[in-house]
Amino acid sequence: MEIIDVNKDNFKEEVLESNIPVLVDFNADWCGPCRMVRPILNELAREHDEYKIVSVNIDDEEELAEDYGVSSIPCLVVFKDGNEYDRSIGLRPKEEIESLIGGN
Amino acid sequence: MYDIIIVGAGPAGLTSSIYARRAMKKTLVLEALSYGGQIINTLSIDNYPANPNISGFDFATRLYNQAKDLGAEIKFEKVTEIMDSEGFKEVVTTKGSYKTKTIIIATGSENRKLGIPRELELTGKGISYCATCDGAFYKGKDVAVVGGGNTALEDALYLTDVAKTVYLIHRRDEFRGEEALVNALKNKNNIKFIYNSNVTKLNGDNRLESIEISGNDGSKKEILVSGLFVAVGRIPENENFRNVINLDESGYIIASEDCHTNVPGIFVAGDNRVKDVRQLVTAASDGAIAATEAIKFINNR
Repeated sequence: MEIIDVNKDNFKEEVLESNIPVLVDFNADWCGPCRMVRPILNELAREHDEYKIVSVNIDDEEELAEDYGVSSIPCLVVFKDGNEYDRSIGLRPKEEIESLIGGN
Repeated sequence: MYDIIIVGAGPAGLTSSIYARRAMKKTLVLEALSYGGQIINTLSIDNYPANPNISGFDFATRLYNQAKDLGAEIKFEKVTEIMDSEGFKEVVTTKGSYKTKTIIIATGSENRKLGIPRELELTGKGISYCATCDGAFYKGKDVAVVGGGNTALEDALYLTDVAKTVYLIHRRDEFRGEEALVNALKNKNNIKFIYNSNVTKLNGDNRLESIEISGNDGSKKEILVSGLFVAVGRIPENENFRNVINLDESGYIIASEDCHTNVPGIFVAGDNRVKDVRQLVTAASDGAIAATEAIKFINNR
């Protein structure tokens, strides 16, 4: 699945009401580590269809960043059944991101 | 068997790989996290020759592609140990082990933590180690910076343009950083200097709400801040090499400008070496020297 951009208008539908787990990538264009994470997320999105990955640009979506207490990026937040399940901050290796989503 | 294994894909390590490949040496670069090292956090590099205004990410990506195009093999595996055996060396990672004729250690450094309770728990919830990355979240808010070197001063200066009030906390009564930066800060009207003090406590339920400052004279006070930017230096990532390589008391690998360590055939390049100037250009310079020395070592055997 491709990574889709999410904003405050479709966040509820795409993330909170999703019937599969969602990894939300809070990022910004000027953030180097975020740009490093992106290719890893693209790979994960291609390899997995049991969850989806969406992107939130924190400059365009200040409200969403505020609502979810994001104050450091890259910030990856996993949602399951509409609830926050786990999150990680900063650049992480692929294996760690995978276990963040799949972890029990 | 590799000719050269390079540990770390930052500017020093990748520059080494360019020199190694141009000399047709079989080269493996091992990286624990991502290429580029700490330079990827820099918004704009303005002191590297001939390339003003390039972003750290673009710089790192160009360097990475250059190394790959020249035929350097790059694997994302964390090195846990190196061994010096009779006639060859061995590099152990989390995924396997590799034999090589020479090793270049270019692991760089990581942020030094304050080492106080709840620091890890509140990281990303008010505690940050990168003002240019996270400063934007503190528009119109009160924040503090702790440290006394150039990074602390640059962070504080950057934050004065974003935040409402910036407290700069330093354990001494004088800054180690450049005077020009100190003067620029003194001209700002939303900065407050707190000298001879340390941050000793972090308060807040789910995110940082206030910090406790303890003065060297024993006084304590609480200040309300929603962000604390930690800039108290960096520590070299050499712990995994301590059993074979000589380190100084701060953990840096002991080597002169020729990048030779105490073990023949093992070299060091970049910020994790004992040196005075730790800059992008000196990391690249070390990379060139270490690779050239490694090539010489191989060819003379």
